[in-house]
Amino acid sequence: MSRVGKQRSVPETTSEPRTEPPASEAINADMCFAVNEAAPTIDAATDAAHTEPGPTADDSPPSPSATGVAGRSPAQLTWVRLRRDRTAVVSGIVLAGLLVIALAAPLIEWAYGVGPQEQFQHSLDRFGMPPGYGGGVSGEHWFGLEPGLGRDIFIRMIYGMRTSLLIAFAAATITSAIGVATGVLAGYVGGWVDVLIGWLIDLALALPFLIFALAVVPTVALRFYGPREAVPSGFQVAVLIAIFAVFGWAGTARLVRGQVVSLREREFVDAARASGAGLGHILFRELLPNLWAPILVSFSLAVPAYITAEAALSFLGIGILEPIPDLGRMIERSLGYLQTDPAYVFFPGITIFVVVFAFNLFGDALRDALDPRSSR
Amino acid sequence: MGWFLVKRSLSAVLTLFAVSVLTFLMFFVLPRDPVTGMCPKNCNTERLERVRQELGLSDPKIEQYLGYVKGIFVGRDLGSAQGGHCDAPCLGYSYVNNEPVTDTIARVLPVTLSIVIPAAILWLALGVGLGMVSALRRGTWLDRLAIGFSLTGASLQLYFVGGVLLLVFTYQWGIAPVPHYTPFLDNPIEWAGGLVLPWIALAFLFSAIYARLSRAQMLETLSEDFIRTARAKGMPRSQVYGRHALRAAITPLVTIAGLDIGAALGGTVITETTFGLQGLGRTAVDAVRSGDLPTIMATVLVAAFFIVTANLAVDMLYAAIDPRVRLGS
Repeated sequence: MSRVGKQRSVPETTSEPRTEPPASEAINADMCFAVNEAAPTIDAATDAAHTEPGPTADDSPPSPSATGVAGRSPAQLTWVRLRRDRTAVVSGIVLAGLLVIALAAPLIEWAYGVGPQEQFQHSLDRFGMPPGYGGGVSGEHWFGLEPGLGRDIFIRMIYGMRTSLLIAFAAATITSAIGVATGVLAGYVGGWVDVLIGWLIDLALALPFLIFALAVVPTVALRFYGPREAVPSGFQVAVLIAIFAVFGWAGTARLVRGQVVSLREREFVDAARASGAGLGHILFRELLPNLWAPILVSFSLAVPAYITAEAALSFLGIGILEPIPDLGRMIERSLGYLQTDPAYVFFPGITIFVVVFAFNLFGDALRDALDPRSSR
Repeated sequence: MGWFLVKRSLSAVLTLFAVSVLTFLMFFVLPRDPVTGMCPKNCNTERLERVRQELGLSDPKIEQYLGYVKGIFVGRDLGSAQGGHCDAPCLGYSYVNNEPVTDTIARVLPVTLSIVIPAAILWLALGVGLGMVSALRRGTWLDRLAIGFSLTGASLQLYFVGGVLLLVFTYQWGIAPVPHYTPFLDNPIEWAGGLVLPWIALAFLFSAIYARLSRAQMLETLSEDFIRTARAKGMPRSQVYGRHALRAAITPLVTIAGLDIGAALGGTVITETTFGLQGLGRTAVDAVRSGDLPTIMATVLVAAFFIVTANLAVDMLYAAIDPRVRLGS
């Protein structure tokens, strides 16, 4: 009943929003109270009683019939296992933090007071190097300044992470979708469709990804824009996502195909077929729900792979171009200053490591939670 | 067995063919004007027109492609500005480097080989060894150390590791020389000294992945019945692990190692760029930057050739080891 007490204790100040809601409990209480602002406290209390979801529901995602103890769905079981796994919790929190940072980049820029394109060349010494230790780290510029151009490293890293995560999530979503569709089709239909898709998968896996991407990106850009024209940022991002889609679907497709081949002969599929279900129904209503676990795992491990690939392409000078902030290109620039400004390489390098590490750990934990038999 | 080999070889040839068509389309058909950037300095329209003529860009596309393929197998005659006749593995002529592309490839390929082969030996020995040991000593501090190592290594980036290695060993401590390539036959010690940092960087990252894989494989193998049988009949531990378990656990690793080495031979683009070594990958990057189409095309083809060949070699090796592969499907 602490919630009711809380509501009573904030009577007059509700007109101004609270700044630090510590947990979901507090948010709930706030919302209830906002609805019943004008009503007497008894109403508020009954309302709180309505929304009080019962003791077990805190451990499981909200569902309409989460009153009993028995009968947990696989998703709920996974959720419980994930919450018990310390690695999953820590890496999940780190990931959530990174996502918030990436999404809130403009807000951070506003609070920090420095933009990603602002140059502070007057703060550099006469060799164009940041003054002081650690590449010019100061209260004003948390991670120091870039040698030469004098841009702020901290805010460029925040924006770089935004670019990186946007591309990685988009690419992982698209490749998973294509991979699942083709994999299910090849595995279930079989015959020449399977042969064709299987061969396409082999082809996609045989192409030397980095070199091919290296060659394709500028060619595509040249197709739409002249050699002297600036390529818009949206186009750069779109080309990268498209390249990842072209190469990345094959892995998921092969995985899904294998699963479908083994599910195809099961009774429930026979039953669906016997009762006259169409191809679409069998593929997406019968088979797909059984494939969520491998798809989720491959998705969660694809995201860090694309973060890495995007950074690698930008490192090579073709993914994302100046002046858009990007982690890979930042490292590429920093290698030129290894001798004169050694701190520069560490900020983007460690950032990429932390992001990829957190994703990998979380992906592993998710796999364990989805399939407890695959113990590491 | 024979039929399986024929089938796999045919599929490999088909894949290479598809890659070559794709690359050709990509570089000679897709761009607005393939010769843009082909002569970066002192280019007038007249010269560009001549380049276009010599490359035969006005011919039908299929004829251009067939000419290119013919050059690879039997050689072809190029214009006098491109050095006249071009012998059998002819990959065209680069206006940027002013030499036949085959010469460029022949010059840079040893660099990539010198990086990849010793690094691969290192990473296989280190990775598989570590994985096996940690599987046999499961749950000990050694195991935990190995897991930590493989988790960290799998999330690190080559360019970052390379940068840190350069910073520490070359610039701060001065132990390792600035990476450079000396032909092995000229001076083996110089050769090894110049390439030691790229070897370490590659071996570190790859052995992390292999340690993880081989640990999982070994644990799975150790839980199988034949191991228990071998132990039950009184076979010494070392023999069970060394002869039975290791052999069974290592087979899937052969596949992955073959593919990784094949891909790496096609150009360790990042390693070469980070350490400033002029191998296949670096050549591809330079060619892309200068718009040198014949060289780009050649590097893609060579890389694809390595991958497809490695694929084929692995499949054959596998079929030789494991009878289920050639009988099934």
